[in-house]
Amino acid sequence: MISLLSHLMNGLSLGSVYAIIALGYTMVYGIAKMLNFAHGDVIMIGAYISFCAIHYWNLPPALALVAAMAVCTVLGIVIERLAYKPLRQATSLAVLITAIGMSYLLQNSALLIWGSNTKSFPDMINVPAISLLGGELIIKGEAIVTILACVVIMIALTLFTSRTKMGKAMRGVSEDKGAAELMGINVNLTISVTFAIGSALAAIAGVLLCTAYPALTPTTGSMPGIKAFTAAVFGGIGSIPGAMVGGILLGVIEILGKAYISMELGDAFVFAVLIIVLLVKPTGLLGKKIHEKV
Amino acid sequence: MKIRKLFAAVLALCMLMSLSATASAEDALKIGVIGPMTGGAAVYGIAVANGAKIAVDEINAMGGMQIVLDVQDDEHDPEKGINAFNTVLDNGVQMILGTVTTAPCLAVAAEAYEERVFMLTPSASATGVTEGRDNAFQVCFTDPGQGVAAADMIVAKSMGTKIGVIYNNADVYSTGIYQAFAARAAELNLEIVATTTFSSDDNADFSVQIAACKDAGADLVFLPIYYTPASLILAQAKAVDYAPVFFGGDGMDGILALEGFDKTLAEGLMLLTPFAASSQDEKTQKFVQAYKAAFGEEPNQFAADAYDGIYALYTAAQNAGINGDTAYDEVCELLIAQFPTLQISGLTGELTWAATGEVIKTPAVYVVKDGAYAKVD
Repeated sequence: MISLLSHLMNGLSLGSVYAIIALGYTMVYGIAKMLNFAHGDVIMIGAYISFCAIHYWNLPPALALVAAMAVCTVLGIVIERLAYKPLRQATSLAVLITAIGMSYLLQNSALLIWGSNTKSFPDMINVPAISLLGGELIIKGEAIVTILACVVIMIALTLFTSRTKMGKAMRGVSEDKGAAELMGINVNLTISVTFAIGSALAAIAGVLLCTAYPALTPTTGSMPGIKAFTAAVFGGIGSIPGAMVGGILLGVIEILGKAYISMELGDAFVFAVLIIVLLVKPTGLLGKKIHEKV
Repeated sequence: MKIRKLFAAVLALCMLMSLSATASAEDALKIGVIGPMTGGAAVYGIAVANGAKIAVDEINAMGGMQIVLDVQDDEHDPEKGINAFNTVLDNGVQMILGTVTTAPCLAVAAEAYEERVFMLTPSASATGVTEGRDNAFQVCFTDPGQGVAAADMIVAKSMGTKIGVIYNNADVYSTGIYQAFAARAAELNLEIVATTTFSSDDNADFSVQIAACKDAGADLVFLPIYYTPASLILAQAKAVDYAPVFFGGDGMDGILALEGFDKTLAEGLMLLTPFAASSQDEKTQKFVQAYKAAFGEEPNQFAADAYDGIYALYTAAQNAGINGDTAYDEVCELLIAQFPTLQISGLTGELTWAATGEVIKTPAVYVVKDGAYAKVD
């Protein structure tokens, strides 16, 4: 019983990392209607920037986070302008392939800049672990912070898209780019802002990911990125609360599968979930079904 | 006119100098070094080339037989390894120290066996390198050798009674050590209470593996893996207040050099490695100082293996009466006869060789104490 509970807790902390990455995925997909496969690598860049900020420039953790967010925001806007904007009218497959290319470009740039040796990420969060049932059950400090950050970001994003003028513009662009433009919405600006927010979230996710799993290499972002994409689809891609629910459930499924079924097949469970969701409920848990009018 | 004469004179001088250079190089022993000098595994190849250079400089300074190194890059790629092998042969090399990493080494060993070139690998540890080839020898332990030595050491020093294992079952190195370890543990009645696996060095979450070891009551966890996943395991075990003895192989060497690593996490970590730069042994200290002065960093195990390898080749060549004029196929047969009788007192211990090509040396156990290796006696 206690071991089940502690596996659940581990699943929760892994899932919260997936959730926070999935929020960025779903945000960009929901508005720009494109899968930004380079999202995982923006996370990696964010983690490297905060590593440098702490390790080489001796900044305090909070400033390191701000520096990472600033760099990632700029990076996100630049990526969108250079790689995705010229393809606004192209097929979605072309955009997808460009995103994959961007992902490799970022990974190899990181390899050039920081080398292939693993960097051990510093512990940026000093929240004590909570120990329950006489020390049998331990909830890690990073997990608590990650879950709280997830909830805060989820609420803030929901409020932003439903209450602010920019949020309204985003929803307009998401529904129909052409009509939004006719209504006087600056589509390019709106999409740039979306990428800026998504990339700033990626920086936060990168710091939290590497605090939980402190080994930083140029490929750090790719596997969590793909799993978070699965989480976003699981929860219903485009849905902000869906990303959070999907991420946490996926983490729990992965850990329980590893613990009780097979240790080697941990990743396979995650992707089996993706296949089942796509077969049974393609809109995901909380996704909206869109009726195409003919 | 004058300029042309001057030019001719300079050319003639150049020719004369190059002639005299070849003349002195002809007496010298020519050793080819093949390994990854660029790419992802470059850290190993460069360490080997540097370690070999320190040994060669020492030998050449002694006077007597001189050694010339010919270093070629294989980028940790079997095909490029063959190219490098052909290049060193074209350059007139008589024997090879290499290759550094296992995959290219297997390819080059097959070629060298056909061509009758003697090769001594400083660091390719798979048994396949020497198996069925009389011309291939190793300076490093084989993977199974390490597993057996680890089990012996744990029993001899009674480090633990209930053993947990976390290994990478998608990796030849890790699996090779684990299988020999498990077989030896069964012979010694060493109880393995939990065997857990992962399947990629990119794996980040080890909570399930750690929980399995913890729940089984393991008081020693054997980690025959590389240091990157090991650093995550140490951090995650600490987060759940699990503090068994952690015991690793030579892949663990390097964990303290991990940039940004919190060394207190590794406190008490044991590892089986033939060489530690912090050792107070006089020979080691001399090597470490020379290496630091020449290359500005601490040598690792690969550099030490290469250093011992050069001395082994040098000593064997002297014993066999090989000089700079002996043809490589002749050298090969002479060295094959010489190596099983050879005794080298090197940086990585007292080395002797079995006729099969495997090295026989005693591994040493180190423990991390105050952020540095300390030898366990």
